[in-house]
Amino acid sequence: MHHTIEVNDLHFSYPDGHIALRGVNLYVSPGEKVALVGPNGAGKSTLLLHLNGILRGRGEVIVCGVSVKDDTLGKVRVSVGLVFEDPDDQLFSPTVFEDIAFGPLYMGLLEVEIRDRVAQALEAVGLENFEDRVSHHLSNGEKKRVAIATVLAMVPEILILDEPTAGLDPRSRRGLINLLHDLPQTMLVSTHDMRMVSELFQRTIVIDQGEVVSDGLTQKLLSDNTFLEEHGLEAP
Amino acid sequence: MHFDIADQYRHRLSVVHLLDPRVKVVATFSFILTVSLTPTGVWWTFGCFLVLILAVAWLTRLGPMFAVRRSFVALPFVLAALAIPFTTPGSVLFRIPGLGWTISEPGVIRFTSILARSWLAVQAAVLLTATTRFPDLLWALGVLRFPRLLVATIGFMYRYLFVLADEALRMLRARSARSARVPKSPRPPIVWQGQVAGMMVGSLFLRALERSERVYAAMLSRGYDGHIRTLDRFRMMTFDWVALAVVVMVLATPLVVALIQ
Repeated sequence: MHHTIEVNDLHFSYPDGHIALRGVNLYVSPGEKVALVGPNGAGKSTLLLHLNGILRGRGEVIVCGVSVKDDTLGKVRVSVGLVFEDPDDQLFSPTVFEDIAFGPLYMGLLEVEIRDRVAQALEAVGLENFEDRVSHHLSNGEKKRVAIATVLAMVPEILILDEPTAGLDPRSRRGLINLLHDLPQTMLVSTHDMRMVSELFQRTIVIDQGEVVSDGLTQKLLSDNTFLEEHGLEAP
Repeated sequence: MHFDIADQYRHRLSVVHLLDPRVKVVATFSFILTVSLTPTGVWWTFGCFLVLILAVAWLTRLGPMFAVRRSFVALPFVLAALAIPFTTPGSVLFRIPGLGWTISEPGVIRFTSILARSWLAVQAAVLLTATTRFPDLLWALGVLRFPRLLVATIGFMYRYLFVLADEALRMLRARSARSARVPKSPRPPIVWQGQVAGMMVGSLFLRALERSERVYAAMLSRGYDGHIRTLDRFRMMTFDWVALAVVVMVLATPLVVALIQ
């Protein structure tokens, strides 16, 4: 059981020449929950997309002890669950059932198992019996939960979430924070929600202009106002 | 504001709603095929099929006239056949004064038959979409070997049409919010208005394109490998097989009799 995330000297530039990552290094140990913060355009989402091989940069990404390469992509994507910022991107099937079944289906599981996993994933996010609902009719908070369920159904070892609390009302946000708190997976969460960071994550990584500028205890980071201001952040 | 889906589905607890969607798709397509094969001018056959449709509509608990009411939407398409009474040769029924165009008797019979066929076919389709949830309908089409790619494309369209419509709605609102006009000032030129509309369409297209890339990334993240897979969501019960057999028999009898005659 590895459950680790290891990124060594990762560089990436977009085809239009924009440099997004300039040598990122980070290590997340098994079971740890880490926040990833930084201003808009710092490279947070770009970094997250590297962790399951959607984007491929120069450098090394190792998840769960497996180096991300062409022939390991399938394995990596099963062990890393990536939840996108906009649930409308993540929920592309006509019904909730089909969306959650999508991952397990491509893992080649049997139909009985798939149905089990869909039911379990929905239970884990507190939306029992939502199978037949149409994604378009869900509220934003429900969509976020279903989006998380779509990756939980694959039973990943690592969860990666991009802006999970963006656009949620206080009650849905509270529900989501509790959910993240209760999930046992190793977690890397990109966010602007500093109140959630201080509440949920002991460790925070700050990224700015494609580089890790700070990596350490959240409490220490939040007490350093000059540093926070320098990187466009704010203590809660 | 939220662009809500104009779903055709009407929920009721009826035998028709409970049928396996595959049975409903096959029955509907057989009905449309049978109606199109019915010979021109054999009115009693069309009568039988109308009774059949009304009976099914009654079974759905949506009211016997439900399909009739909704079917008129498709009526304008019949205009395409409007030339037939004028162009079919045969005994002259009527001559339009002034123009000298003639309406022939076989022409009228053919036109009315086409009208009857399309009207019945539309009613069948109305009943299918009203009693089958759209995702189930898509699933049935996929399992019945309709081209997978086509079915998947329709599925994405169903999912994202309204997301896009929401986006368009937001853009329109943003435009209205900024298009205040000082009283008595001249209206902006029509070309300029057209340009604004064009740019909005363009930007909507770009957003759709970007979204499609993100959706594709989300699919890849969950293991998508380029092949579309579906799960068995329904099982054919004895009831479904019986219903299918009944439909086939009921359709075949009038058709065979009409063809033999």
